[in-house]
Amino acid sequence: MSEAPAIDQPEPGPLLPEGGQGGRLPALSLVPKADAKQSMKDFKSDQEVRWCPGCGDYAILAAVQGFMPELGLARENVVFISGIGCSSRFPYYMNTYGMHSIHGRAPAIATGLATSRRDLSVWVVTGDGDALSIGGNHLIHALRRNVNLKILLFNNRIYGLTKGQYSPTSEVGKITKSTPMGSLDAPFNPVSLAIGAEASFVARTIDSDRKHLTQVLREAAAHPGTALVEIYQNCNIFNDGAFDALKDNATAEEALIRLEHGQPIRFGADASKGVVRDPATGDLKVVAVTPENEGSVLVHDAHATSPTTAFALSRLADPDTLHHTPIGVLRSVERPVYDTEMSEQLETAVEQHGKGDLGALLNGNDTWTVL
Amino acid sequence: MTSQVSSPSAEQHNLGEQRNPVKETKRLDRVIIRFAGDSGDGMQLTGDRFTSETASFGNDLSTLPNFPAEIRAPAGTLPGVSSFQLHFADHDILTPGDAPNVLVAMNPAALKANIDDLPRGAEIIVNTDEFTKRAMTKVGYPASPLEDGSLSAYAVHPVPLTTLTVEALKDFDLSRKEAERSKNMFALGLLSWLYHRPTEGTEAFLKKKFAKKPQVAEANVAAFRAGWNFGETTEDFAVSYEIAPASAAFPTGTYRNISGNLALSYGLVAASKQADLPLFLGSYPITPASDILHELSKHKNFGVRTFQAEDEIAGIGAALGAAFGGSLAVTTTSGPGVALKSETIGLAVSLELPLLVIDIQRGGPSTGLPTKTEQADLLQAMYGRNGEAPVPIVAPSTPADCFDAALEAARIALAYRTPVFLLSDGYLANGSEPWRIPDLDDLPDLRVRFATAPNHDGEFWPYLRDPETLARAWAVPGTPGLEHRIGGIEKQDGTGNISYDPANHDLMVRTRQAKIDGVTVPDVTVDDPSGEARTLVIGWGSTYGPITAAVRRIRGSGGRVAQAHLRHLNPFPRNLGEVLGRYNKVVVSEMNLGQLAHLLRAKYLVDARSYTQVTGLPFKAEQLATAIQEESADV
Ligand SMILES: Cc1ncc(C[n+]2csc(CCOP(=O)(O)OP(=O)(O)O)c2C)c(N)n1
Ligand code: SF4
Ligand SMILES: [Mg+2]
Repeated sequence: MSEAPAIDQPEPGPLLPEGGQGGRLPALSLVPKADAKQSMKDFKSDQEVRWCPGCGDYAILAAVQGFMPELGLARENVVFISGIGCSSRFPYYMNTYGMHSIHGRAPAIATGLATSRRDLSVWVVTGDGDALSIGGNHLIHALRRNVNLKILLFNNRIYGLTKGQYSPTSEVGKITKSTPMGSLDAPFNPVSLAIGAEASFVARTIDSDRKHLTQVLREAAAHPGTALVEIYQNCNIFNDGAFDALKDNATAEEALIRLEHGQPIRFGADASKGVVRDPATGDLKVVAVTPENEGSVLVHDAHATSPTTAFALSRLADPDTLHHTPIGVLRSVERPVYDTEMSEQLETAVEQHGKGDLGALLNGNDTWTVL
Repeated sequence: MTSQVSSPSAEQHNLGEQRNPVKETKRLDRVIIRFAGDSGDGMQLTGDRFTSETASFGNDLSTLPNFPAEIRAPAGTLPGVSSFQLHFADHDILTPGDAPNVLVAMNPAALKANIDDLPRGAEIIVNTDEFTKRAMTKVGYPASPLEDGSLSAYAVHPVPLTTLTVEALKDFDLSRKEAERSKNMFALGLLSWLYHRPTEGTEAFLKKKFAKKPQVAEANVAAFRAGWNFGETTEDFAVSYEIAPASAAFPTGTYRNISGNLALSYGLVAASKQADLPLFLGSYPITPASDILHELSKHKNFGVRTFQAEDEIAGIGAALGAAFGGSLAVTTTSGPGVALKSETIGLAVSLELPLLVIDIQRGGPSTGLPTKTEQADLLQAMYGRNGEAPVPIVAPSTPADCFDAALEAARIALAYRTPVFLLSDGYLANGSEPWRIPDLDDLPDLRVRFATAPNHDGEFWPYLRDPETLARAWAVPGTPGLEHRIGGIEKQDGTGNISYDPANHDLMVRTRQAKIDGVTVPDVTVDDPSGEARTLVIGWGSTYGPITAAVRRIRGSGGRVAQAHLRHLNPFPRNLGEVLGRYNKVVVSEMNLGQLAHLLRAKYLVDARSYTQVTGLPFKAEQLATAIQEESADV
């Protein structure tokens, strides 16, 4: 726009960092850094947190507030945008810029902000109903566009805020207020869905495992483009214990598959189980690891260009028992980032046609004068 | 290219120089031409070109494109007919005209679909080649209307347009089918001869349009010239017509022809410049609004970001997100899209962020008539949200006025931190007229001040208001120390924190309403030359042209009627109640079933009479004049 801005709008950073890599910018290179070292306290707002005592949302909030200082970003350049649901109250508790919007629409709103303000670190907080039911369309399109957004999907497999109806991630046969004889519809697996929607970064973690949660946040934050992080979250009021199979020491070992890039996919007591490819079908399956088959245990490659194996991994989980649930980063690949490309088109347009000249635009090339 | 209206002959092109001196030339003060053909015949392009020629010649003009919603409706059928009407004159005119003086009918369907609109004595130029038995049977002509005497009330010019075109292009390496495609350019050439239109613009246009296919460009130019030469040589057209430039109708200045959607797009770019904020458009394609998305996407070098979203909800959502970040945010759509956007408009009302919601109205309900015009979204814009969610409404009155209306909508949105509706419609969007290009220095200053420092005891309160405008403080992300959260839950006055307090909600609802009620808008002016009128005709938006033309007719025959036209529908101009009270009778004319009348009756307790029409077409001035006279007969 014209030369002298009337407003003290922060100057957006340069469009390409030094040694820029075209459409593959590091996620946060344009976001101004904090002047001083930050602590968790800096990210706590003055608002009283109002989730039910014992709600898994508390742990996630603490983990995010605890993690943010590590990024060292100027707090004023961080924005949390949410939809509606218990989880979506999250932005009120973060001492950053924030918007608590309307049900399901946060990814769309965040897309407008992130594409027009590349100097911001934009986070979306959403629930399983918010993201996958009413907002399903916006979620899949944000993922395929690969806008620079970090989406935290709090999955408690229930509608919390509206007091306990089943959700698109609830298991079939779920008895709730709206399904007294059991729910009929098959659930979404959010990770499978995201991979199908061309997501460039997909991870899953659990509210109660702060260390794992923080590590996943770290990787998501560093990812250029849209990152989807599914966080299993306990709603102790309407769906208590939904993830106990993954939390209980007695069962977790057998149920959880912790993925680490470059490592063989093994789990269970003494890593006695492993994931191998069935040569007959090409599908993945869990086997007891023996000295004979040890060599064929799949090594996790989060950066594989093809989403096929990540998808197959996401399908190992049993939606009812949660057995063989993979957590960690299932997929993390680089591909062109929407907002970067959009800005580059703007620059190219200036290179090709010069900076817009309003007078010339209004005149066009077919005028006449009346004297 | 620039021409000077005061001396059009200075720009005479080479075709014109060959004009046959023995043929008679008559002077007319105005003409209404309608080009009609199959959807695939290129009638819109033909009309556009004739319009451009006419504009650069300096006539005043007004256009009415009318086409089916189907891209290629079945060939030769009545529903497949596409037409373009152009009214041009040596004086100031207001509408595309009631009834065409000249119909160009490219096939039997075009003749049949349009013949009822022609007054006796009108000229009809028909493409006789298309009047085959099969084509005529298809549209229900038992015998050829060209031969059975049914057209005896008209002056018919039978022209084998297709054959002549193919003949003219025989030296080109084109199949017959390909050559036939240029028949619209042949027709355009003929009409250009008939009305002394400058032709160099069309030739340049064709060369540019088909730059990648020089053969096609040459063929079209050749067909165009052949049409012109045909007029010059054929016996059938003994007379040609001159319509002098409308120099007296235009204040001095530089002019161009412009359609409503183009003017609106330019208005948005201008508003962005005047506000010194980057423009962000979030949109989902829908007729008749898509052209704004297309146009703005061409102007990335102005820093314009256009985002084609997955649906209307995401379109407005992205715009709202951009507004939060300090862009001049816009969403464009038509009625069905507005329905989807309502919840987000409500959020914008609650967040108190500037946002332009542009509704290019079309016939409804539901999908309705996608390519036809209507004004039936007024109440949707006014009330179509949950809760008390007032939104200012601005409506342009002519195609060129869309430019100013966009700037005005942006002024209100930015100054009051509110979503604003701009209600255009299909008629304004696609219709065109001459536009005096504004001087950039005359454009309004729309700059805003973002909050940059705490405003309350060292804290930042996002809902502290400007006492004058009631606009809240607007701090954009990236501003240090002003981190805050906003949302759609009711907020405490001042702090913006969540509040369920009953008294606070009552205060906030009333404050948001008071803010919109307090938007400053200019007084409505009344046109009543005699000063003695007892009937007031009032309208809004695109009915300006037809109503003004109707009022002129009434006055021309000695009648007395006052006219007022509303640009602001929310809030209404402060003086509106007083104006309405001055007249014994108030007639409201609009293209819906009385929505403005409903608002006026409710707010001012005035016994407003409605005269309405929902045909998908603009009012005809004569009909409207009769209706107004009947309404005011007993005053
Ligand atoms: C348009 C609209 N429809 C319905 C609602 C009611 N509603 C609010 S939250 C919610 C479901 C929330 O579930 P989820 O996204 O899983 O969030 P949770 O509360 O479980 O965190 C619903 C249906 C609403 N606020 N807006
Ligand atoms: S209802 Fe469930 S999800 Fe909502 S706050 Fe309470 S425990 Fe948490
Ligand atoms: Mg939930």
